[in-house]
Amino acid sequence: MSEDKLTISKIRDGTVIDHIAAGKGLIIPHILGMNVDSEDIFTVLVNAQSSHMGKKDIVKIQNRELKEKELNLVALIASDATINIIKNFKVTDKRKVVLPKHIEGLLKCLNSSCITNNDPEATTSFDVVSRAPLVLQCSYCSIDMNELEILNQLSGK
Amino acid sequence: MKNVISSADLSRKEIEGIFASADKFKKGTAKTSLKGKIVALAFFEPSTRTYNSFDAAAKKLGAEVIGFKSDIDTSITKGESFADTIRIISSYADCVVIRHKFDGAARFATQVTQKPVINAGDGKHEHPTQSLIDLYTVKTVFGRVDGLVYGIVGDLKYGRAAHSLIYTLTKFKPKRVHMVAPKHLRVEKEALSSIGYEYDEVDDIMDVANDVDVLYVTRIQKERFADELEYEKLKGSYKVDNGVVNALKSNAIIMHPLPRVNEIDREVDKSSKARYFEQAANGVPVRMALLDSILGGKNE
Ligand SMILES: [Zn+2]
Repeated sequence: MSEDKLTISKIRDGTVIDHIAAGKGLIIPHILGMNVDSEDIFTVLVNAQSSHMGKKDIVKIQNRELKEKELNLVALIASDATINIIKNFKVTDKRKVVLPKHIEGLLKCLNSSCITNNDPEATTSFDVVSRAPLVLQCSYCSIDMNELEILNQLSGK
Repeated sequence: MKNVISSADLSRKEIEGIFASADKFKKGTAKTSLKGKIVALAFFEPSTRTYNSFDAAAKKLGAEVIGFKSDIDTSITKGESFADTIRIISSYADCVVIRHKFDGAARFATQVTQKPVINAGDGKHEHPTQSLIDLYTVKTVFGRVDGLVYGIVGDLKYGRAAHSLIYTLTKFKPKRVHMVAPKHLRVEKEALSSIGYEYDEVDDIMDVANDVDVLYVTRIQKERFADELEYEKLKGSYKVDNGVVNALKSNAIIMHPLPRVNEIDREVDKSSKARYFEQAANGVPVRMALLDSILGGKNE
């Protein structure tokens, strides 16, 4: 897709998350804490045409550059997403999200007797044991979390 | 080696080093001493046998022992967090041995203290020093750990001794491992994904009795069954009695991490195949070897 099309409803400054697997775009604002109560102005484009994905979702966020932690969250949901940083209507930076080998603090362990669910100081930590399909393993109790479980937790289900 | 949290932390070479050192402690030929060192035993969950075994190991090496046998003894009951308790006790000691009911507690402890941490059992997760003792016992009987057929029996879903043994065996080359458990107490699929040896999952001990060299029996707790009737029905398939002993090969051995309830009939104790008391006794030399290796004992 050309950059012209990408910026159809042009944003002046901000971030465009492209190449999100169709159906997952609507969760992105939620996991980034963007809602009616936040100051963010954002658009979610669902079922956009894509030459190599068939259908895809796109999220455009005005006046905001995502932080490392937020990019990791996006990577957990949409491992193939592209991040476009827009400045003055121009794409100034374009890169794929990269899921790190360890996910720190973003998810809750599903094991209720895991130390991370029982000590206020213990922050969660997961090792990525498989990328496709996505499987995370708790670094403390070794219990796995699969793609659906991650998606459900992040979308608040 | 600094911490022993999971069986995965130990290489085969380190395990063999511990076995060689344990041999020396058992024979009384080791000359090393931990005089002047302090070992903290932080047992948030009671386990008399494991506590006493570490206590004896440390004292035999000349170290001092501080700590507590259950969280009733500590300020935890006054609301102190696990992290704070570890920070404080480790500041008094050269290493901390931790037993806790939560999975991953020992791993978390390594983040709040710089001192070496030994996991003496964390929830349903792992009990790595137990499996060192188990395989050390196998080695003293057969002269090797490789090439043998193992039958691991009992609650393989929640049993931490069984978990650690299954992982520790991945460092070796067992001929085969039979995992004997009722369907809903089988090993979690994630634990099996990284196993490099041949294994199968079976329901009944008798299906594998004539194949195994090592029959490793663990407890099946009644509480794990939703239905007491089901427990009563299944109980028999996991009970080792003279019938099982006679079905075993003549040189096979029976092990158990103890305490047992009734999964091994008392009549089996008289059999030369029963090695669980010897296994328990090996706890001291193996833990001596481990403490010596972590704390860098000095020759006297
Ligand atoms: Zn966990």
